[in-house]
Amino acid sequence: MSNSSSPAQARITSVEMRNIVKRFPGVLANYNVNFDVKAGEVHALLGENGAGKSTLMRQLYGLYKPDEGQILVDGKELVFNSPADAIRSGIGMIHQHFMLVPTLTVTENVALGLSSTREPMLDLDLVEKRVLELSKLYGLKVDPTAYIWQLSVGEQQRVEIIKALYRNAGIIILDEPTAVLTPQEVNDLFAILKKITAQGHGFIFISHKLHEVMAICDRVTVLRDGQMIGTRSTEGITRDDLVKMMVGRDVKPLPLQDHPEGEVRIKVAGLRAMGDRDAETLRGVDLEIRSGEILGIAGVSGNGQRELAQCLTGLRRASAGTILLDGEDITHMPLLQRMSAGQAYIPEERMQDGAIREFSVQENLFLRDHSAPENTHGIFLNFKRMEQRTREVVKEYSVKTPTIETPIKNLSGGNIQKLILARELSRQPKFLIAAQPTRGVDIGATEYIHQKLLEQRDSGTAILLISEDLDETRSLSDRIAVMFEGKIVGIVKRNQATVEQIGLMMAGVSMAEAMK
Amino acid sequence: MEQVLSQAVLVGIITSAIRLATPYIFASIGEAFSQTSGVVNLGVDGIMLVGAFMAYYVVLKTGNVWFAVLAAMLVGIAMGLLMSFISVSMRAEQGISGIGLYMLGLGLSSLLFKVLVGSVQTIEGFKPLDIPFLADIPVIGEIFFKNSLPVYVAFLLIPAAWWFLEKTTWGLKIRAVGQNPAAADSLGVDVIKVRYFAVTFGAVLASLAGASLSTALVNLFQENLTAGLGFIAVALVYFGGWKPVGILVGALLFSTVNAFQLWMQVLGVDIPSDVAVMLPYLLTIVALVAVTSRIRPPAALNKPFDRGEN
Repeated sequence: MSNSSSPAQARITSVEMRNIVKRFPGVLANYNVNFDVKAGEVHALLGENGAGKSTLMRQLYGLYKPDEGQILVDGKELVFNSPADAIRSGIGMIHQHFMLVPTLTVTENVALGLSSTREPMLDLDLVEKRVLELSKLYGLKVDPTAYIWQLSVGEQQRVEIIKALYRNAGIIILDEPTAVLTPQEVNDLFAILKKITAQGHGFIFISHKLHEVMAICDRVTVLRDGQMIGTRSTEGITRDDLVKMMVGRDVKPLPLQDHPEGEVRIKVAGLRAMGDRDAETLRGVDLEIRSGEILGIAGVSGNGQRELAQCLTGLRRASAGTILLDGEDITHMPLLQRMSAGQAYIPEERMQDGAIREFSVQENLFLRDHSAPENTHGIFLNFKRMEQRTREVVKEYSVKTPTIETPIKNLSGGNIQKLILARELSRQPKFLIAAQPTRGVDIGATEYIHQKLLEQRDSGTAILLISEDLDETRSLSDRIAVMFEGKIVGIVKRNQATVEQIGLMMAGVSMAEAMK
Repeated sequence: MEQVLSQAVLVGIITSAIRLATPYIFASIGEAFSQTSGVVNLGVDGIMLVGAFMAYYVVLKTGNVWFAVLAAMLVGIAMGLLMSFISVSMRAEQGISGIGLYMLGLGLSSLLFKVLVGSVQTIEGFKPLDIPFLADIPVIGEIFFKNSLPVYVAFLLIPAAWWFLEKTTWGLKIRAVGQNPAAADSLGVDVIKVRYFAVTFGAVLASLAGASLSTALVNLFQENLTAGLGFIAVALVYFGGWKPVGILVGALLFSTVNAFQLWMQVLGVDIPSDVAVMLPYLLTIVALVAVTSRIRPPAALNKPFDRGEN
């Protein structure tokens, strides 16, 4: 293949997957799945986490090989042994976690893996020219000489799309493309997709967000537990229909009621902190959370939410400012003391900060309170009592696990999260920090976790909710604080602001301006 | 002290420093290739030892330095493929497999030396090669243009390595694979192949580093000839920030201090020789500590690549 992306070569117009079966040890990831997409359409692949969407697409992109079934491109059966084969056949994929090399420029990222017209030398000047052409043709604004690490998430996504178009992809797979975008960026992306579709490309849109599927897609295929539930046109289908197909039952909306406001529990003033890369990422945060209130933080990830959570828990040192818990200054209080003062934490990275993979359910449950008097006999652990308590918790929180000795890595994300929730709520915290509590968790467990958080709120806990899922933030929070570049742009009451208004603030527009 | 720092001594120190930098440059540039692709090869010293012995032995038997170079390259290829197989294909912990390779090289070179040679004998290796006209320039000519071929090659390797890594398609692949192998894989780059190439090419340079030591600098072989030189070469890669020019600076700094301490001993300056020998190593530690803040290794360094399919 030449580097000029050979526009002369005909672009593919259809891809079909027939009776795909893919097994992993102990899991049937895909079972008899049929799926097809044509040029000029956006076809959604909908399903919960673990439903087998990514596995299916990884087979189409040559990353996995199907155990059974066929892949047809323009009606011809093909076997893909690697992504190189899929790319050569005209299939592109934009992964949820972008496949870009941050230390290389846009042009270098595009050129990677292509042969050059001046082998062995690179022909980056030609690549750059073609990138500019594509960027103009499809309205994909991006600077080809910029390094990837300098670009915003939205821009990086455009680079990914250019990479696929450069390789003359006729059908492009988008894996959860909106997960990391602001509402405005989502709109921009949809406009770009429409433009590219109109020029004769087809898209596969992997998602679990129903309103997006309804907004941009022509057809939708639903997967559940690796099985194909069906393919429908999005015309005339309702949101509830799709939920039922996805989950297998109806899901009730959260009961929302106003409730009396309590005393101020947490008062944060002028909080500043450094990030991991020696730059100040918290730049003066002020907020209050009352007893019996959920304060949600909305914002594009990387605007200081992580650092805020870490400062509040005591995992990161605040360089300035104060944190008061019931009037007591806890800014520089050690972690253990904070926990006894009534603080609890559901960390963002479940498996990295919340649990120890190889440890059992029971051990993980007592990671936090293993030295509490009721769990010890002198210097020894009180296994009898821990075992009894674990059994209670597993039952109470309906954690699905074969035994309490099972290593936690064998549990699903939802069940691990329930266990962490149980651990953190066990001592009736005064203040709970919940970071991305339902990320990667199935709808059933999400429902449960939401319910628990609301119960906890009603019992008087002050909750800080940090979530990248704006729908979640909006449906759970009593008030929403929008963060941008380490500061709170504005705080609004639930239903006081529209998604668009919050979106504007997430992009740094001032509250006064956004609420006009 | 005046006598110590006379012009003749200064020229002597710099001349030695240029020569002594040669094996460091070869080995560090090789290691830089390996690490840029994401593989730490701690076995450099072992590869150098075997390369040094084979080159030495071939010269001893045939008197032909070109056969020696060829032999050293073959040693590099063999040991590079071994390291690649263990760390890239088998995805073994790189630190451990590198140490294993070092032990293998140390043992193998000692064994071969004892069995095939037995006693320390000098050889006639690479002869000094005066560059016409340039060698006649006073002082400068003495320092830079009256060296043996491997010394010139080492210094030419710096721009060549930079050119290869920055300007060629293979260089781009090596850099990408060391930063984000999954991204390279998704674009159809064969991550395994690229890493095999980078590690093996690095091993060939390491082996040539050993050969330059035994056939151009000291013209002999003895057990553990390198005395840990290969480990310093690994440190120099970090010091140089994975950039050829940075490595050159590191190698020269190190060889200069080394040359300085050698001359101090020759001139009989009153410091215990053990302390003098320690000096360059101490410097390495201090220099590494000093540059840690700006060190940003390839993001996938030390991480075996696995596409994730069971």
